[in-house]
Amino acid sequence: MDTTNIFNPNYFHKVVDCQWACPAHTPVPEYIRLVAQGRYTEAYMVNWESNVFPGILGRTCDRPCEPACRRVRTEEKPVAICRLKRVAADHKGDISPYLPRNPAKKNGKRIALFGSGPASLAVARDLLPFGYEIDMFEKDPGGGGMMRSQIPAFRLPADVLEEEVDLIVNMGINTFYNYEITSMKEMLDMNYDAYFVGTGAPRGRDLDLPGRKEVSDHIFIGIDWLSSVAFGHTTSISGKVIVMGGGNTAMDCCRTSKRLGAETVTVVVRSGFDVMKASDWEKEDAMAEGIPILNNRPPKEFIHENGKLKGVIFERVQPEMVNGRLKYVPTGEPDVFIEADKILMAIGQENHCPWIERDIGIEFDKWDCPVLDKETLQSTHEKVFFGGDSAFGPENIIWASAHAHQAAISIHLYCQGKDVKRDRPPEGMNLISTRMGVHEWSYDAQHDPAERYIVPHADLRRSLKNIKVEVELGFDKDLGYSEAQRCLNCDVQTVFTEKLCIECDACVDICPMDCITFTKNGSEEDLRTQLTAPANNLEQDLYVSDELKTGRVMVKDEDLCLHCGLCAERCPTNAWDMQQSIVHIPQLGSYTE
Amino acid sequence: MTFVPKPRVHHPLLDVNEIGLKRRDYEAAVSTLCAGCGHDSVSAAIIQACSELSLPPHRFAKLSGIGCSSKTPSYFLGNSHGFNSVHGRMPSVATGANLANRDLIYVGVSGDGDSASIGLGQFVHVIRRQLNMVYIVDNNGTYGLTKGQFSATNDRGSVSKKGVPNLYAPIDLVSMALQLGASFVARSFSGDKQQLVPLLKAAFLHKGFAFLDIISPCVMFNNHTGSTKSYDYVRDHLEEVVRSNYIAPRDEIEIHYEPGTSKKVQLHDGSQLNLTKLSESYDPSDRIGAMSYVQQALADGVVVTGLLYVEEDINECHDILQTIRQPLNQLTEDALCPGADKLKKINNMFR
Repeated sequence: MDTTNIFNPNYFHKVVDCQWACPAHTPVPEYIRLVAQGRYTEAYMVNWESNVFPGILGRTCDRPCEPACRRVRTEEKPVAICRLKRVAADHKGDISPYLPRNPAKKNGKRIALFGSGPASLAVARDLLPFGYEIDMFEKDPGGGGMMRSQIPAFRLPADVLEEEVDLIVNMGINTFYNYEITSMKEMLDMNYDAYFVGTGAPRGRDLDLPGRKEVSDHIFIGIDWLSSVAFGHTTSISGKVIVMGGGNTAMDCCRTSKRLGAETVTVVVRSGFDVMKASDWEKEDAMAEGIPILNNRPPKEFIHENGKLKGVIFERVQPEMVNGRLKYVPTGEPDVFIEADKILMAIGQENHCPWIERDIGIEFDKWDCPVLDKETLQSTHEKVFFGGDSAFGPENIIWASAHAHQAAISIHLYCQGKDVKRDRPPEGMNLISTRMGVHEWSYDAQHDPAERYIVPHADLRRSLKNIKVEVELGFDKDLGYSEAQRCLNCDVQTVFTEKLCIECDACVDICPMDCITFTKNGSEEDLRTQLTAPANNLEQDLYVSDELKTGRVMVKDEDLCLHCGLCAERCPTNAWDMQQSIVHIPQLGSYTE
Repeated sequence: MTFVPKPRVHHPLLDVNEIGLKRRDYEAAVSTLCAGCGHDSVSAAIIQACSELSLPPHRFAKLSGIGCSSKTPSYFLGNSHGFNSVHGRMPSVATGANLANRDLIYVGVSGDGDSASIGLGQFVHVIRRQLNMVYIVDNNGTYGLTKGQFSATNDRGSVSKKGVPNLYAPIDLVSMALQLGASFVARSFSGDKQQLVPLLKAAFLHKGFAFLDIISPCVMFNNHTGSTKSYDYVRDHLEEVVRSNYIAPRDEIEIHYEPGTSKKVQLHDGSQLNLTKLSESYDPSDRIGAMSYVQQALADGVVVTGLLYVEEDINECHDILQTIRQPLNQLTEDALCPGADKLKKINNMFR
């Protein structure tokens, strides 16, 4: 194999599994260390810079980082990364000294943002310090978009939401609430310098089954219903409720129904339990509140009598692999009838921009998604950029933040007359030694074998009575510290210097995970099987050194390294050093121009 | 010295051996020796050999004298018996322990100071007695624990860290062991585990006195350009004459033996040792030939390594003394004190 180029910004970035998996590439180990040190404000700001909504995301993120966490591979359960983000948000002090300031003089460019959800807000945050004039248009009476309208208060309290939304709005956005945009053409005629569409995926899917029309008074689209609860238009639901769908919206619908007075609530899902779209913890929380989830039951027909809904007939199916594809095959058992007075439909949503005329230069593909450049998020109309769910279909808040940073760079480059592709700032990486003495490191190298800590919940009887009672209480400072210690500090890298190595094997002998081997070089396939321990995880790289004095090379399997620093501790010549890799993900303002 | 304890978590694919233990179960405390010390590699090789042989750690007795080498039994096989004895007196303690309980596996770790200077007399006599043990010398040619004076195994002309040459000829422990009748004599290098681990396995299964002289560089005082016991010098001057491959009884695989270059040695537990001669003129079953080869190499400045001599089916100490099969420490009072009548009979034999 070729010698590994560790100065490729992506090489060590990939070793930091959580950061690599995070769409916004939040430097997770860095803020976890700050949490452990009790520096909550700094930990919050590290998050705020990358993902813009630490308090909100600390409660609602889809957490792509957690399944990626190395701890899943070395032990079993990931570090509770998301909850540690919340610890930073809950315990932070005054952040105002750290916030960017707007220039006294505007730069003369005007930007229009459509929608006030996470994508638009994050674009505004990135652009405002550069002197842009920002006008934000929102159809609802307040900012926040789906974070306000679709996430119930028992998961995301209003004050947490408002704090982070207002922080950005008050940076100097001109807000136009209750402003329903009906024509993109009209907006383009207003001659803004650039436009950002962050209107999300606001159309909930419906299901056209026999009886649907007759009982339409008893069927609600999940996200619309949640929104009317959020804005106080709906305050109760009565009778027996069936929630159809297996995503997070379905979980929010069923738990909200339970709190608003439903007699019974049942979730019925077309697919199997394991493949449900809802996050595991959302499913667990719903079940803990006594809500049954019935799987492998596709709906067949709505049963009604005199215009009144009676219930739904469901088929019984089971998952089977047919020609390598998962299919749901009828079991042949008789259909099931489940009584219902109300049905909440949470079977997915679509981005939907009927207000964008199709003849003004903004092209849409066959799925009715805008045609965009994946990197720049520019549409086929050079002034119009997309982000969040309205770009590529429903994702989540953290993706919206990630899109927003890219879109903000593009908008900035476009407004400055630069090439939105060619002139993008590059990714970068710094390595800084953590060695402070012969046996002292600037990070807590010691491995903590503790199991994942359980987060305390509010008393169920109390939280089921009031929709505003937050269910998850979050870690306190002590639990936060303990959980933070489980982090393996994957951003503190094992950096090897060939010319210093005397091939004494000390690192090989001490490595608790058998990561290091000195061997003859070979093809990647050969090396992976010939190491001290087989390197079977092909998603993780092998770190291959230059040739050493004996003609061998050092090969390290990055997969299971604990970053405990013992190789560097036991190295007599400092050929190994533990160096923190700081990945620079380009963001507007992260590079001086 | 390392202050971070080695995490207990291990590679998920780490296998258990025949007695249900993982390699990590053969480890002990983290070494307090200098980082990069060859002795730590020897300890790691012992751990690997014992776990691969599925030897029960609790049936081991680790013995040592004084010196860096003699600290190492603390760093392998944490769940065994052990005795850190007086300087140079490990062989006596080993002899006593072995006579009392012949059923344990005895491994003595000594150094060039401990065996070639203060304990030379003990070293000589334990070989003469053919005590059934593995005797390891971690040989770095220097007194590391007292800051780098030359030891008795240091080569003439080799210089100290400050440039002062050694004036005396070395004691070659391998030559002595051959001459004194050891039935298993090997030399190896701490920086070559591919050679060391099979040698250790063979030594643990050898019945009789197994001697291993392991060149183990002292990174602190004797790993510089003028040293003949440095990593670089040993790698440049090493000549492996016999390669030994340990073959467990369960590995019944057909190996093609080149006539004249390979040789099978049956070990007492049914396993085999496959010896490949890498040097045409070398025969590991010819004691006198081995002695002269080693002496010639010494004169030429070549470090001869490998299993230099092996002889199975010899009489070890207990055979010579004709002790009973049962370990003496398991004999009950009836057997040990047969009564006044028996004593009278015995006394009468001498009248």
